[in-house]
Amino acid sequence: MIRYTLKRLVQSLMTLVIVITIVFLLMRLMPEDGYFGDSYEKLDEVQKEAILEDMGLRDPIHIQLLNFYKQTLKGDLGKSIIYRPKVDISTILKSKIPYSLNFGLAAMFISLGIGIPLGIMMALNKGCFLDKIGTVYIVLINAIPSAIYYLFIQIYLTGSFNLPILFSVDRPLSFILPTISMSLGGIASYAMWMRRYMVDKINKDYVKLARAKGMKNRKVMISHVLRNAFVPMSQYLPSAILFTIAGSIYIESLYSIPGMGGLLVDAIQRQDNTLVQALVLIYSSIGIFGLFIGDISMALLDPRITLSKKAGGK
Amino acid sequence: MNSKKIVKLTDSLNDNLFQFAKFDRRLAKKSGYSNYSYWGSTFRVFSKNKVAVFFLFILVILLTFTIIQPYLPNQMSPIEIAIDPDTNMQFVNHPPGKEFLFGTNSIGQDLWSRIWSGTRTSLLIGILVGVWEAIIGIIIGSLWGYIRSLDRIITEIYNVFNNIPTTIIMVLLTYIMKPSIGTLIFAMCITGWIGMARFIRNQIIIIRDREYNLASKTLGTSITKIILKNLLPYLVSVIMLRMALAIPAAIGSEVFLTYIGLGLPINIPSLGNLINEGRGVMMNSTLRYQLIFPSIILSIITISFYIIGNVFADAADPKNHI
Repeated sequence: MIRYTLKRLVQSLMTLVIVITIVFLLMRLMPEDGYFGDSYEKLDEVQKEAILEDMGLRDPIHIQLLNFYKQTLKGDLGKSIIYRPKVDISTILKSKIPYSLNFGLAAMFISLGIGIPLGIMMALNKGCFLDKIGTVYIVLINAIPSAIYYLFIQIYLTGSFNLPILFSVDRPLSFILPTISMSLGGIASYAMWMRRYMVDKINKDYVKLARAKGMKNRKVMISHVLRNAFVPMSQYLPSAILFTIAGSIYIESLYSIPGMGGLLVDAIQRQDNTLVQALVLIYSSIGIFGLFIGDISMALLDPRITLSKKAGGK
Repeated sequence: MNSKKIVKLTDSLNDNLFQFAKFDRRLAKKSGYSNYSYWGSTFRVFSKNKVAVFFLFILVILLTFTIIQPYLPNQMSPIEIAIDPDTNMQFVNHPPGKEFLFGTNSIGQDLWSRIWSGTRTSLLIGILVGVWEAIIGIIIGSLWGYIRSLDRIITEIYNVFNNIPTTIIMVLLTYIMKPSIGTLIFAMCITGWIGMARFIRNQIIIIRDREYNLASKTLGTSITKIILKNLLPYLVSVIMLRMALAIPAAIGSEVFLTYIGLGLPINIPSLGNLINEGRGVMMNSTLRYQLIFPSIILSIITISFYIIGNVFADAADPKNHI
């Protein structure tokens, strides 16, 4: 187990280094307008060159890359150029993350709390009314791009329930719609996954055996089928939890929530190169780290998976 | 013992015995014969699902109409600004009616023709991305699964791609490159093949060492032929499903990228652009039609592809035949 963890860790770190390098190289391809901020129009070529040189962008590429590694390792993500000029990016992030985290965790809680029971009910009553309604819901949510139903929720629900259109911290009512909108997709995917998993397993031999032993249907479902269902889920959940930091791009900009998702859109629209670079780095590290934790926790939870046979014998 | 003497061979023959038997379904079934044809059964299972047939019908009509719409009489150009002949002003935000079936937008362009033109753009993106995903996914997936020496390298490449969120790759690429249809397709394609390749690889590893493949190999069949004739036919249903789902996904991604400001330039109508324009005026209830019409068309397209893809995948799976 330790050996597997170490191996997987090294692999994740290597991927991270590759990703950092790729992001860095791609960023050098970007238009250089993004480095000057508001004063762009007033500068002449000589001044622009001076600024770029000062930022180290005229150094040979391998030295730039080394500096970039050093900076990133120190946790220094650079300074924002246009979004909030001369402010450390980590300071900006600190003010943004709590919002995204709040909404993300709330939405995840709701999705799990509704989606999993819904999936179980659908599987147990296969073909009945609830199953059909649930299936229609899943198809609609999966097929229609989320932007569309987010927009319609914002238009019609704010009107008919008299809820605030935009988010503000001191009005608890304004939390409702963003959270609901964010959890719709999660509910659908958890319910779909759970239903498919249960339907799949109901005909498995070990379930039939448990039934033949005379166990009650309910107990078979809970202690045999459900327990197994959480093993694959343990691989996916860490990423899902970590990604709540990233926020929902649509929701945050629709309801003007000052979180991380809206930040990425802002940074892109104002062409703030260093901020985009930092955000891309953060999102990719979250992705890598989430998968790492997921793999490890799945290995821990599932007794059938022995990942390193030799190490297991010792 | 045979005392009867045969004088002439032809005398003892009964002509009736040498006629073709007529095909009888019931008798054929009795003897265990089946005139099973893969595509026939697939079609039969598919057509049993009324909902899917309904959506197929709608999708065919919609696609045909999208293609022939510009050649119909009395259609306006999607980028032409309509001018009122009486006042010499633009028809700004003209509500839906006889003259403009879906109304006009905030600078007086006909929403009807813009929607169909946008649908053409979005479908073009979707279909190209779907086809690309299938081609690259199949090629890489089968090499990855079948050729052992490549396994290590491709797995490492896969790990890098798989670790970075797809959205981020898409956003980064569209941010760096100039906005155009080509850029969007490129950004979606660069990660699109991953899921397909991985799936095909896993399936091929499972069936690669079955006896019939071993037999094929010992008889000297080439690798290409083994992959094409022995392995891929197993995967038709999944490949079709992934292709069908790639189209609505690509259309959704286009909407997303337009929303965050990285989509197509506004002079190219696309469903994403139209929805984005509609979003600008959505809080004004008299102008809301500018958001509703494109949303409805887009939803019909994505729902149709989603349902048809899923039902077809079920139908194409031989386990569900008969």
